[in-house]
Amino acid sequence: MAVLRDETRPVRTGEDVVSVRQLVREWCVAAGFGLVDQTKMVTAASEIARNTVLYGGGGTVRLEALNDGAKRGVRLVFEDQGPGIADVEQALKDGFTSAGGLGLGLGGARRLVNDFAIDSRPGQGTKVTIARWK
Amino acid sequence: MERIPILKMGDSLLVSIQVDMHDRLAMTLQDDLTARISESRARGVLIDISALEIVDSFIGRMLANIAAMARVLDARTVLVGMRPAVAITLVELGLSLPGVSTALNIERGMELIGRGIARSGTNGRSPR
Repeated sequence: MAVLRDETRPVRTGEDVVSVRQLVREWCVAAGFGLVDQTKMVTAASEIARNTVLYGGGGTVRLEALNDGAKRGVRLVFEDQGPGIADVEQALKDGFTSAGGLGLGLGGARRLVNDFAIDSRPGQGTKVTIARWK
Repeated sequence: MERIPILKMGDSLLVSIQVDMHDRLAMTLQDDLTARISESRARGVLIDISALEIVDSFIGRMLANIAAMARVLDARTVLVGMRPAVAITLVELGLSLPGVSTALNIERGMELIGRGIARSGTNGRSPR
């Protein structure tokens, strides 16, 4: 699998979340995604970006355009230096929320993408990686 | 401050969301609409989301909150113009928008609101 290009952007404010949505849309279009695939990836990115701002105290996202044989994809790596998640399994359940959300953010985002990984420990920040393939 | 305009037409309020909303703007719309329903004694709220490219859990919650608050204030909320890709994504996300009526376009949405008003008008509450 090859990374064709990458770019890192800040995710610190509500406006950044909107910018990330727009940028992810552009990258999905560039990767040749159809409208439904674009919408799923942008929606997943919005959920994770909001978590980065609200729970992680802000962080960054790295966008990567991927090529794996005939497949093209987009991968997003969100990182923050926030308090981390004590119970990742619990956080992925639909009912779980700690800042007044619907508790659909992480679990919902996972359903919208092909690859999902989360690495988080209390005090160590959180890294969420999502990817969608065409 | 940036705001989404709310128009009054007869007994109803109309909102057309034309921008990619950040969370604060969505919260402002929720507060503004609730205040306007109460001030204007509106019986229906029509929200056009045909320009929205995504509805995530936050925007979905905002829409469900508006519908719930409107209901408490005796107004009916109809969401119109949801894009098919948005609908597919919402269902997969697990968002069911409780209490929100939907219509394919503004015309059908207004019809739905009109019927709701006619029904409640003959059902104990005098029409305005």
